[in-house]
Amino acid sequence: MKSESTAPVFAIVGNPNCGKSTLFNALTGLKQKVGNYPGVTVEKKQGTAYSQHGLPLTVIDLPGAYSLAARSPDEAVTRDVLLGRRADTPTPDRIICLVDATNLERNLYLVHQVMDLGRPVILALNMMDLVEASGMTIRIGRLQTALGIPVIPCEAVNGKGLIELKLAMSRTDLPLPRHAWDVPGAIAAAVAELQASLALNDGKSPLSARAEALLLLTDQDSIRVAGSTPLSARTAEILATWKKRWEAEGMDWAGTLVNSRYEAIGRLAAEVVQPGAASGPTVSDRIDSVVTHPLWGWLVLGVVMTLIFVSIFTLAEYPMDWIGNGVSALAGWVKGALAPGDLRDLLTDGAIQGVGTIVTFLPQILILFFFIGLLENTGYMARAAFIMDRMMSRVGLNGRSFIPLLSSYACAIPGIMATRTIEDPKDRLTTILVAPLMSCSARLPVYLLMIAAMMPGNLVPLATKVGLMLFMYAIGTFGAFGFAWLFKRTLLKGAPPLMIMELPPYRLPGLKDVAMHMVQRAGLFLKRAGTVILGISIILWFLSTYPKSPATATQTQQVEHSFAGRAGHAIEPLIKPIGFDWRIGIGLISSFAAREVFVSSTAVVFSVENFDATNDHADIAPLRVALRHARWPDGRALFTPLVCLTLMIYYVFAMQCMSTIAVVRRETNSWRWPIFQTLYMTGAAWIFSFIIYQVGTAIGF
Amino acid sequence: MAAEIRLSELAAGKAAVIRSFPKSGSGFLRLREMGLLPGTTVTLVRVAPLGDPIEIKLRGYLLTLRKSEAEHIGVEPAP
Repeated sequence: MKSESTAPVFAIVGNPNCGKSTLFNALTGLKQKVGNYPGVTVEKKQGTAYSQHGLPLTVIDLPGAYSLAARSPDEAVTRDVLLGRRADTPTPDRIICLVDATNLERNLYLVHQVMDLGRPVILALNMMDLVEASGMTIRIGRLQTALGIPVIPCEAVNGKGLIELKLAMSRTDLPLPRHAWDVPGAIAAAVAELQASLALNDGKSPLSARAEALLLLTDQDSIRVAGSTPLSARTAEILATWKKRWEAEGMDWAGTLVNSRYEAIGRLAAEVVQPGAASGPTVSDRIDSVVTHPLWGWLVLGVVMTLIFVSIFTLAEYPMDWIGNGVSALAGWVKGALAPGDLRDLLTDGAIQGVGTIVTFLPQILILFFFIGLLENTGYMARAAFIMDRMMSRVGLNGRSFIPLLSSYACAIPGIMATRTIEDPKDRLTTILVAPLMSCSARLPVYLLMIAAMMPGNLVPLATKVGLMLFMYAIGTFGAFGFAWLFKRTLLKGAPPLMIMELPPYRLPGLKDVAMHMVQRAGLFLKRAGTVILGISIILWFLSTYPKSPATATQTQQVEHSFAGRAGHAIEPLIKPIGFDWRIGIGLISSFAAREVFVSSTAVVFSVENFDATNDHADIAPLRVALRHARWPDGRALFTPLVCLTLMIYYVFAMQCMSTIAVVRRETNSWRWPIFQTLYMTGAAWIFSFIIYQVGTAIGF
Repeated sequence: MAAEIRLSELAAGKAAVIRSFPKSGSGFLRLREMGLLPGTTVTLVRVAPLGDPIEIKLRGYLLTLRKSEAEHIGVEPAP
């Protein structure tokens, strides 16, 4: 522990897409901890690298940022860690600035800000292979002299330059950057005054006070994140006074500051970069002319997404079966090993069964994470956002919401976790709120059962069944967009979202990085959702087990007698207007764990013998027959085609998934949003079901 | 000197030099920080298939922005 706390702390800083994660993985290997910055949903990655002499070095991989004047929670965390504003993270002693050398000017903007921090900086120039390929040359020596810091050319993907970087990191005499930049005269007085006040009233060290002062002038809407300390009153006052004065004079202070940084960078770049002879379109340009083509673009998008979905459904099938069988085997083993009793049932029917239901979906979730990582890594994600932006803007979102929403067709969980790439907090929240309306794969068993119950076997052409299924997907999609539109106009009203997005050059994906990313995200999901899922599983088990029936009771009688059964009766007045009886009510309550549980719990309630709930391919024919014979007390058929349709509509909208609730709780950092989401979705489900059922009944169905 | 037009009006494939830029407003500071400054040469690479956003090339990289922002930016088309 001691070596850990005295190890120098390095932070890796850089623009998005410059290869930071690859460098971080290469430096730390598997010695890394991935978590969250407390209070915000920004990934925190910390690891240990070793110096040339084998001494441990702590390395923090900060979220990608274009500027320290933060515009997203990610950038706010980077800014606050660098400025030592976060109590939960050590202030980095040394900073590694990683830049994409093919795009030096824009990347140097952040470096320029970082050099103001008054700490030793190492500049690592990544993607030198691409620089060479483009015929460009960068005079490393001159850059090093001009900035006064070590400049190390590297290729993070294949480990080139890594040894040189570690050598530099091992140096105890890392120099401070040379300040070859003067604050523009027009704002120098203000910067000096703010700097003094920051040192005096906010307890900042003289050097970081200067950086803070400069930042205050460009940090317009100053995204404050939990864990960062606010400004002192005096400093805030000075800032307001200057801003008022400049506004009166018509002075563009932020612009002046940015311009003067870029001027300094431009002079430097002119000196060190020798552009290659202008050659024809690059490979990236050529790919783009297809991928963003008015015709081919859509085709490519369609093919990519189809491939992803086909592989999710085909590849995931086998591991899902194995896990399903494994869970049953584990439950069986525990049943054999423990004495019969409540504790045993709690473990097998509550904990193992409940968590098993979710774990079964893990292969799907993993595969989806893998593909999302692949799309991000290759650069295609940004293109999909580019061509979809116009459509998403109709409902007030931007193109970045497209992939998360689309992923939710397989499972809302990776979709919701992928919303982290959406910068605007309100856009992100809107996307999270509507993502579970996209029909996920857990709804399929319910749709299939209802379609089977609705349309007897061979009498109905397959096309009708498929059509009905597609109709459900369409309703979910329209629902998601409709609610997004509604939320963006009411609850989460904000400035129209911007679409300022870099289109990074296409790259071959680093499979190792993508795989690591996938495992880390899945681990996060299990760790974070695990406790909530376990808790709800146990509650649901309790509700269907207690109070106990006499030992002679059948499973069906036990369920009727239990709290869940009573709850089914209790909510019957509420669901009768949408055509459901108390038995369907039990199904609704128990499938709150996960939608597909509806099938197995319905089998229990309608006393279908020997229904193997753990097997996805169980024959639903006996269940279908049981449903067709189910009656209301007055003898009317329960599962009329209209009720089947209503039930499907209900499942399109209702929030029936505890894992999603758990993930939304984590991603929004409060219970407020998952509760709101559950209420609005289930409320909408009831209202739409009511309309369908009542109108259907009125016109004679 | 060619007449100043809006960045949103630039034809695909054409280069232009930024001449005027809004002082404040959501997103414009970020556009500056991304290197979009008066005097910078930009090329309009393409317009998205559905007509918005636009893709521009500047300082050796590609950036997208919506027409609603681009119409506030004045450019002078290169001859």
